[in-house]
Amino acid sequence: MLYLLLEQGLNGLQYGLMLFLLAAGLTLVFGIMDVINLAHGSLYMIGAFLAAAFYQHLENYLAALLLAILATALIGALLEQTLYRRLQKMSHLSQVLATFALILIANESVKIIFGAQPLMLPVPEMLYGPIELVEDELYYPRFRMLIIVVGVLVALGLYLLVNRTRIGMWMRAGASNPGMAAVMGVRIQPLFTFVFALGAGLCALAGALLGPLLAVNVGMGESILIPAFEVIVIGGIGSMRGALVGSLLVGMIDTVGRVLLTLLLKAVSDPATANSVGPTLASMAVSLLMVAVLYFRPQGLFPARG
Amino acid sequence: MPSTPTPLTQGLPSAWSAIGVAVALAIYPLLMSVAGQDFYIGLGSRVLILALAASALNLVLGYGGMISLGHAAFLGIGGYTVALLAQGGSAPAWLAMPLAVIAAAAGAALIGAVSLRTRGVYFIMITLAFAQIFYYLAVSLRGLGGDDGLPMLARVELPGLSLGDDIGFYYFVLALAGLAFMLLYRLAASRFGRALVAIRENEQRMAAIGYPVYRLKLAAFTLSGGLAGLAGALLANLSLGVTPHLLTWHQSGILIVMVILGGSGYFWGGLTGAAIYMLLEESISTHTEHWNLWLGALLLFIVLVAPEGIMSLRRKPAKAERA
Amino acid sequence: MNPALLQAQGLVKRFGGLLATDHCNLEVARGEIHALIGPNGAGKTTLLAQLSGELAPDSGRILFDGKDITRLPIHKRVAAGVARSFQITKLFERLSVRENLALAVQARSGHSFDLLGAVADEAALDQGAAEIAARVGLGDVFEQVVATLSHGRQRQLELGMALACGPRLLLLDEPMAGTDPEESRQMGKLILSLRGHCTFILVEHDMDAVFRLADRVSVLVAGSVIASGTVDEIRSDPQVIAAYLGDDHDAGAAA
Repeated sequence: MLYLLLEQGLNGLQYGLMLFLLAAGLTLVFGIMDVINLAHGSLYMIGAFLAAAFYQHLENYLAALLLAILATALIGALLEQTLYRRLQKMSHLSQVLATFALILIANESVKIIFGAQPLMLPVPEMLYGPIELVEDELYYPRFRMLIIVVGVLVALGLYLLVNRTRIGMWMRAGASNPGMAAVMGVRIQPLFTFVFALGAGLCALAGALLGPLLAVNVGMGESILIPAFEVIVIGGIGSMRGALVGSLLVGMIDTVGRVLLTLLLKAVSDPATANSVGPTLASMAVSLLMVAVLYFRPQGLFPARG
Repeated sequence: MPSTPTPLTQGLPSAWSAIGVAVALAIYPLLMSVAGQDFYIGLGSRVLILALAASALNLVLGYGGMISLGHAAFLGIGGYTVALLAQGGSAPAWLAMPLAVIAAAAGAALIGAVSLRTRGVYFIMITLAFAQIFYYLAVSLRGLGGDDGLPMLARVELPGLSLGDDIGFYYFVLALAGLAFMLLYRLAASRFGRALVAIRENEQRMAAIGYPVYRLKLAAFTLSGGLAGLAGALLANLSLGVTPHLLTWHQSGILIVMVILGGSGYFWGGLTGAAIYMLLEESISTHTEHWNLWLGALLLFIVLVAPEGIMSLRRKPAKAERA
Repeated sequence: MNPALLQAQGLVKRFGGLLATDHCNLEVARGEIHALIGPNGAGKTTLLAQLSGELAPDSGRILFDGKDITRLPIHKRVAAGVARSFQITKLFERLSVRENLALAVQARSGHSFDLLGAVADEAALDQGAAEIAARVGLGDVFEQVVATLSHGRQRQLELGMALACGPRLLLLDEPMAGTDPEESRQMGKLILSLRGHCTFILVEHDMDAVFRLADRVSVLVAGSVIASGTVDEIRSDPQVIAAYLGDDHDAGAAA
């Protein structure tokens, strides 16, 4: 029982960290550029597809991953230069519509280019199999372990970038007060392009890492978009710390909550019902958490703007 | 009266346009029947239902300036209510339809009461989150059919009119949608409608001159939810059942798209938008399976060229405002 | 009868660690023009927002005509007779002057939940709007869209909007802000013409205007009122001179 919980805790951590990769970019774009980007999940999907496609040609997971990140960041930069720059000056409604349009276009384009069948992205050979965390009791897949390690490293890297570098200082200034940042002489347009490309690259990283665990398919962007949005609203739009805390919270609730609620329900009802209702209650719990946070702390847990 | 319409008057159609639309909609199935195009009668019902749903959204989004990305929830509540009532065979229309409206309005009142305390982006996200909660409920509860949804053996029953047949059902839809449009028309022209538009224009001032802004918005949101519930109930009858797809956020997005296509804040915006959307889908889908690609391109074009919807192309383009 | 129309007693408002309103007491007599002055950041706008109901004080209470209105929402305060204008013009810019004022008149006449009665031909609203427009000198631009009016004209409408609420107490937040000397003189005349019809709290930076218009003055420094009195009393109050008027007086008058 304890080890089951520990394993689920690791799964929650892993899911939370992947959510963080998406939420980090989303919250920066949202906080600094003030753009609602519903198409953020599409960048994740594109990243995963590119990784799978590169892998089919190169048969090298690491190279495919790096190339996918680079290519998706490039796509992000291009999108920022051509579209998002203009959306910035428009109403939230226009942003919702335009990025909704991008989702439709991205989904359809991926279908045209890669076909409607899901692509396979295999676990790299050297990461096959589990490692033994506690003798005879707790085994955990190596690849999932790698995801956790990468997630922690990226979170650390982002922390250093935001808090220890000049670009990071600009980013914080931009998130807390965009107008003021411009007045202070931060060259805001290149900063936007950088932030957007960074967010896109992180999406691709998440897509390439999760590709071997999930099927790389057309709907994958939309299924992760909503939790990512819930994360940044819970954490406070524009706040990196909020994105991290929110991601881990949502990851844990969704994963551990799923198991716990199912176990609890099994105690009071038949197993079939418990197996179907448990996971749903966990998903609902995340949405309810966001509603509750918005109700009591309308600016999220860590408001970026004073 | 000033000759050019201001935001307070642009949302009001002329009586003549209303009569024209009513007559056209009334003779439409007869024309189709004579022409032997019975397929288009069913399509007409679908357009009318979606027009009703889009018009319901237009009340809060276009008139009231509240960007709800969760109206699928109300479609769903209405649809599932009717489908549940029909599980025992078939339900009388006089019971099923009002219940669907009441259930959806109650849901909207609850969701609105919480959501309307937030502003801007947060309102968009919280309405989305609420709709997701209903989606998860429908997917997981076995009583609601899970992923498969709830099929209906027959449409609701109305003495004297055969709703099983396409023309009969079309007139049933037209009658209910017509009533809803009359209600919306009176709303738009009432003090309430004026206040709603003025809240969209300047909420802070409306509070300062003594309007109970929150309660007015909540009233609009509740009405809108109820009407969307009616549309959902009709949709369930049309397709003889409901699936969780009715509750996806994609559905909420499509409703916004229709409102924008037809003209946000214009009385015929919902009807025009639903008609354009369905016509485009029908005509493009016959040529290519990639209809969504074209829809996306069209949307982008509209946002970048005519951000207030195609109705605004008739006027000088107004400056886009930040929400 | 209590001579004071408005009493604020021990108001406190904190924003995080900042004490914006610090045990503030204020008394405004019936019918007077009561100016509220103080250096930038003294908390004038915050105090005004608590009187109008946009902000809730953390403690203290507000009595209007002897009744406690501390917890009343904005719209109920307006109905009771407290209305405000804004420092930064907040009008329905895409609507005409008539429509702006008619909306305010409609609020006073109620029935905004009258969902079905048609409004287009409601002459009473337009007539009420026309009366206010004439009173604030906007009769000639009655049908014009607000966005096309000059800044001075918009300031007049800003005052008209508050006036259309039929207030007994008007909170004016820098009515002269951004106006040229001629427009400023017009605004002063307008306010004087309303003296006696209702009571004013006037927040204003233009000291000449304050001394010309006000019956009494309260000086707000660091969130509390340090002195209240007639114009002459305030001018000669050593505490006020030290805290506020001193060197800043010239700068304030020039602004």
